[in-house]
Amino acid sequence: MSDLTGKTAIITGASRGIGAEIAKRFAEAGANVVVNYSGSQQKAEAVVEAIKQNGGEAIAVKANVADAEAVKAMVEETMAAFGSVDILVNNAGITRDNLMMRMKDDEWDDVINTNLKGVFVCTKAVTRQMMKQRSGRIVNIASIVGVMGNAGQANYVASKAGVIGLTKTTARELASRGITANAVAPGFITTDMTDQLNEDIQKSMMSQIPLGRFGKPEEVAKAALFLASDEASYMTGQTLHLDGGMVM
Amino acid sequence: MATVLERVTKVIVDRLGVEENEVKLEASFTGDLGADSLDVVELVMELEDEFDMEISDEDAEGMATVGDAVSYIEKKQA
Repeated sequence: MSDLTGKTAIITGASRGIGAEIAKRFAEAGANVVVNYSGSQQKAEAVVEAIKQNGGEAIAVKANVADAEAVKAMVEETMAAFGSVDILVNNAGITRDNLMMRMKDDEWDDVINTNLKGVFVCTKAVTRQMMKQRSGRIVNIASIVGVMGNAGQANYVASKAGVIGLTKTTARELASRGITANAVAPGFITTDMTDQLNEDIQKSMMSQIPLGRFGKPEEVAKAALFLASDEASYMTGQTLHLDGGMVM
Repeated sequence: MATVLERVTKVIVDRLGVEENEVKLEASFTGDLGADSLDVVELVMELEDEFDMEISDEDAEGMATVGDAVSYIEKKQA
């Protein structure tokens, strides 16, 4: 069983979906959790409340992950509340799907900003503290489409492929300081984000999944927990596929 | 009260594991003191803590030698 007792974890985009599940799972494993959110304050506070009722420690902190100043303030708030930053889970992500022919610059920029630049900004912001501590775990939530491509998601796919590359560079740059960086590439996980996809897309995706079902947020959370724990101490720069076998 | 040079020297000795007598004003971090680029970043972080000041990335990039760091800190403290 992965144990995070005494560790502090910042989870970006943790007000719902996979992020909320990771926040709860990490708190159960003993971590102090920072539930980051950008817009959904009430949902973030509900996650904090659920964690506290379960006997865990958590705070909700608002910050747009692509805003370096806001992220810096979040890290400072984390240090003030818990005194260390041991784990960063870069989970915040958005979609603005469209065929490339129709995709507007705004749709491209928004997704790249949140999904890719956000990972860069947050990683940079925690690195100083983790380097001092001589330890740290960075877990990036990528996506299987970042490996295989997906029609209608040029921006999202590019951002997630970028995250996988960034994970490898982070791993190489910080390995000598005891910091590991790994990614999780979920396939089709049932969340608000995937519920928006129309039925045809859902059906066609299902036909590509050997395990014959969509994944659950807690299945991603378990993998993230493993990567954030001491159990994964000899693993860095890797991308774990959690996709029911879609890509192998 | 230790001088700026003495305090800088202590930080460098602790961080890079070099001998005190190697830390000369003209010694370059990467060339003479065996620091890699990440070591230099960390060194600057520790100097910020030691002297309770912020050193911008631009300024940090201009620090190649021990003397650069010492005169930068002295100027900023003045």
